[in-house]
Amino acid sequence: MKINLKVNGIDKTFLIQKNEYLLDVLRRNDYPSVRRGCDNTSCGVCTVLLDGKPVPSCSVLAIRCENKIITTVEGIEKEAEKLAKHFGELGADQCGFCNPSMALTVYSLKLENKEANEEEIKNYLVGNLCRCTGYVAQHEAIKRYLGDES
Amino acid sequence: MKVVNTLVKSIDGLGIMKGRKAYTDDFAEKDSLIVKVLRSPHPFAKIVKIDDLEAKKLMGIEMVLTHKDFKRIPFTRAGQGYPEPSPHDKFVLDEYVRYIGDEVLAVVGVSDEVCQKALDLIKVEYEVLNPILDFEIAKDNEIIIHPEPEIHEMFDIGFKPKRNIAASYGMEIGDVKKTLESCDYVIKETFYTQAQAHVMLEPHTVNARMDYMNRIVIFSATQTPFHVRRIISQGLEIPMSKIRVIKPRVGGGFGGKQAIHGEMLVAYVTYKTGKPAKMIYTRKEVFESTYSRHPMRIDISLGADKDGNLKVIDCLGLSDTGAYGEHALTVFMVTGSKVLPLYNKVDSVRFAGDIVYTNHTPAGAFRGYGAIQGNFALESAIDILCKKMKIDPIAFRQKNMMKEKETSPIFAIMGEGTAGTAMNMETCKLEECVERGMELIDWKNKYPRIETEDKIRSVGMAIAMQGSGIPYIDMGSATIKLNDDGFYNLMVGATEIGQGSDTVLTQIAAEELMTDVEKVIIYSSDTDLTPFDVGAYASSTTYVSGNAVKRAAKELKEQMLIEAARIFAVKVEDIDFNGETFKVDNTDKEMSLIDFSNQITYSHEQKQLQVTSSYVGHKSPPPFMAGFIEIEIDKETFEIDILNYVSVVDCGTTINPMLAKGQVDGAIIQGLGMAHFEDVIYTKNGKLISGDMLNYKIPTRLDVKKLTTVFVDSYEESGPFGAKSVGEIGIDTPPAALANAVDNALGIRIKDLPITSEKIFKEMRRKNNE
Repeated sequence: MKINLKVNGIDKTFLIQKNEYLLDVLRRNDYPSVRRGCDNTSCGVCTVLLDGKPVPSCSVLAIRCENKIITTVEGIEKEAEKLAKHFGELGADQCGFCNPSMALTVYSLKLENKEANEEEIKNYLVGNLCRCTGYVAQHEAIKRYLGDES
Repeated sequence: MKVVNTLVKSIDGLGIMKGRKAYTDDFAEKDSLIVKVLRSPHPFAKIVKIDDLEAKKLMGIEMVLTHKDFKRIPFTRAGQGYPEPSPHDKFVLDEYVRYIGDEVLAVVGVSDEVCQKALDLIKVEYEVLNPILDFEIAKDNEIIIHPEPEIHEMFDIGFKPKRNIAASYGMEIGDVKKTLESCDYVIKETFYTQAQAHVMLEPHTVNARMDYMNRIVIFSATQTPFHVRRIISQGLEIPMSKIRVIKPRVGGGFGGKQAIHGEMLVAYVTYKTGKPAKMIYTRKEVFESTYSRHPMRIDISLGADKDGNLKVIDCLGLSDTGAYGEHALTVFMVTGSKVLPLYNKVDSVRFAGDIVYTNHTPAGAFRGYGAIQGNFALESAIDILCKKMKIDPIAFRQKNMMKEKETSPIFAIMGEGTAGTAMNMETCKLEECVERGMELIDWKNKYPRIETEDKIRSVGMAIAMQGSGIPYIDMGSATIKLNDDGFYNLMVGATEIGQGSDTVLTQIAAEELMTDVEKVIIYSSDTDLTPFDVGAYASSTTYVSGNAVKRAAKELKEQMLIEAARIFAVKVEDIDFNGETFKVDNTDKEMSLIDFSNQITYSHEQKQLQVTSSYVGHKSPPPFMAGFIEIEIDKETFEIDILNYVSVVDCGTTINPMLAKGQVDGAIIQGLGMAHFEDVIYTKNGKLISGDMLNYKIPTRLDVKKLTTVFVDSYEESGPFGAKSVGEIGIDTPPAALANAVDNALGIRIKDLPITSEKIFKEMRRKNNE
C-alpha cells in the first residue's frame, strides 16, 4: 500500500507494508541518518521529528504517518552544523552513531525551551543513550548550542 | 608542537552529525538477501532432526543452512593475531548448541518478514542435555561441553576440553606460601565480577556482494578487518585473495567487535549464491548471542609487615568463558599482568587459574580486558588490608606502588598468551596522579566520610595501569603519498571505531610533515587498499599504529628532500623544508611544496612519492592513573549518588587532549556501569533476563553529575611524540574505588559486582544482626 507524507519539506509517496515501522521505511528510502540501535524504543538512535516532536521511529507504524510531517537530520542541516561545531570544539564526538538523533532532539528542545536548565536538558535527552562519551562533553556542547544567538 | 597536543577537532564530526552515509548498513545493497539465525532455546542440546521442508517451499526463501552444509573446520572467532591464543572450538554451525542463543541454523530470504515466517515453520528436534550453568562446578564436571574430536589449540594454552578447561595459566615468583607465613598481617578475600555487556549503539552488522572481478567484498562493523579476512578464508576455504573486507565507520566497539560474528554466514551465502546478503543483529542477539566480559572469581591473599611494606600477593582466579573460548587465556593473563605489577616491591607473587567452559553466552574481549576484574579484586583487597593494619590506604599505596624507572619481574614472565617482555617504566607519574587526585577530590577534608541526618558522603580511590599494544606481536603500518597541489593521502589499516584514531593518526602525520590536518587525507581499514594493521584492540592504535604513521611521514619527508636536492642540484643537507617551502641554504633559491609536487607529478622526471612503513612495539609502556570517587548514600534506602569522579591520568603526551579526555570520561562511565548499574541476570535455566536495554541498564545522562579528568605532564620516549595509550586505562578503577567508598561510608565490604543498593541493604542487615 501507499502512504503520502512530507519528509524534510518534500512531498513523498512511499510503498509500504501494513506492519512496517517508519524506521524501516525511511532507511529503505535513503535516509541513512535514521538508525536502529535496539528492539524496544530504549536507545533513541531512531529518533525523527513527527509533526515537530521527537519520536522513536522504530515504534511508529508507517501506516499511521499518512499526511504527517517527518523531519530527519537531513532536514535541519544548518542546525546540525551548529551543533557539530560545538561537539567538535568540546571533543564530544566519538562513534557518532547517535549524533543525528541527538541533533534532532536538541533542536526540538531549542524550539520548546531555549532557556532549559541543566536538569531540564538532561531530562529532555534522557532517552538518547550514548555509550562512548560519558555525556559530559556532549552536555557542555548542547548548552553552548542552546545559548547560540539564532 | 603545532598539531599534536593541541585542540584539533575530530576530522569527521561534521559529516557524521549531518547523517551522511558512513556505517556498515548504509552500504548494504538494496536487494540484499537477509540472513536470519534460528537460535537455541536450550542451554545445551544435540540437534537430532531439522524439518525445514515447509520453510524451503516459501516464496522468497533462498536457502536454509544447517550444520550439514559446512565442512567441519574448527576455528576461533576471537579476531586475534595468528596463531591465535584462543582454542579453535567453533564451527560455522554445529550439531550441538551450547547456550541459549547459540546458532542452530540460518534461513536466507528476500525479506525479514519471509525469514521470520520460515523460522516459524522450521521444526527442530533436540536431545536436551544437562547444562553447566555455574562456572564454579564446571571443571572436571561429568558433563562435557565440548566433546567433539576436531577442536584443538594452536600452541600450549592449557586447553583440556574433556575437563571443560578452555585454557589455564600459572606462574609464581618467590615463594608465596613462605612469605605469607612470615607476614605480620595477612588477609584473604574472594571477589566476583559479572558478565558486563558492551552495549555499543550500533549492533553487529555485516553485508557482502560479489564484485565484477568475481571477488567477495564484505563490509563489516569490525575492529579487526584483516583478521576477519583471514578467519573467513580459513573457515570457509575461500582463497584469501578473493576476499576484500572494508570497515566503514563503526558505531562503537569496546572490544565487542574484535571477534567475527555474522561475517561467516553472510560471506558463505554471498559466495555460494553470488547474491548480495546482509545481517544486522537484533539488540537481543547482541546481548545474548555475541559475547560479554568474562565473569571471574578471584581469590586474593595479601601479606604485609608491621612497617607497612606489602610483601606478597597471591592471586588465584577462575574465569567463565561461556560456551566458546574466545580470549579465554589472554583476558585471564591480563588480570595478572596488567594489575599485579602495580605493587612491584613484593617478595613473592603468584598468579594462577583456569578458564572454564559453561553453557552461558560466551565471553570475549571487552575494554579493560581482564584488568578491570583484577583491579577490582586487588585494589579492594589493599583497602581491606590497610583497614586491618589501621594505616592510611593512600600512604600505603604511595609506599608500595610502582614508581618511575622501576620495573616488575612480571613483565618478563607474563605476556598475552605467551611469555612477556622485560621493561622499565620510563614514564610512570603515578605518584603525581595520586597527589593531584587527592587535591582535586579534597581527600583530606572528605576521607573517610561526612555524615548528615539522612545521608553519608564518602570518598574512595584506586590506582591502575594498562598497556600500549602487545610487544613483538601487534603490528601497525601506514602508507603516505604526496599528491600534486601539495597534500597527502594517509592509508592505515588501523581501525577507527569511534575512538578518534583517524583524527589522532592524521595529527601525527601532519605534525611530522609540518602541515595542517586538512592537508592529510586519511583512509582507514580496507584490506585491498590499506597496509596491514592488527586492528583496534589492546590499547595499541595510538602507540603502535601511531609510531608507524610517524615513521612513514618521516621517510616520505626524506624522499621529498632527496627530490628537492635533485631539482636544485644541491646536496640534501643544503635543503631546508618547513612544511610549505623548500629553501636552499645561503641562497635565495626556494620552491613551494605546491610547485614541487606539481613539478614531480607533471613536468620533470615525474614520479609518485609514496612510503609504506611499519611498526612493532618492543615494549608496551603502561599508562597509569589514579581514580577517586565521591558518593552520597541515603541512610535509609542505601541509594548511591555518584557526585564526582576524579581521574588523573599519565598517558604520556595526549596527541589530542579533547579526544583523550573523551576516552577517559567514557571509560569511567562504562566502569561505573560495571561497578554499580549493570546487573547480569540469568534464569535458573540459563536464559539471559538482562538481555535488552530495558533490563540491562547502562548509565544515562541523568546518572552523570561530574567528571574531573586531568592529565599529568609525561613524555614517553618510545611513543609517537611522547604518547602512550589511553583507550582502556579509564575503565579499570571505578569498581574498586566505589567498593572502597562504600566501605568508608558504611563499614561494609561488597565483594561482588555490581555494587547495588540491594546488596548494601542486605550486608547492612547482616552487620546489624551480628
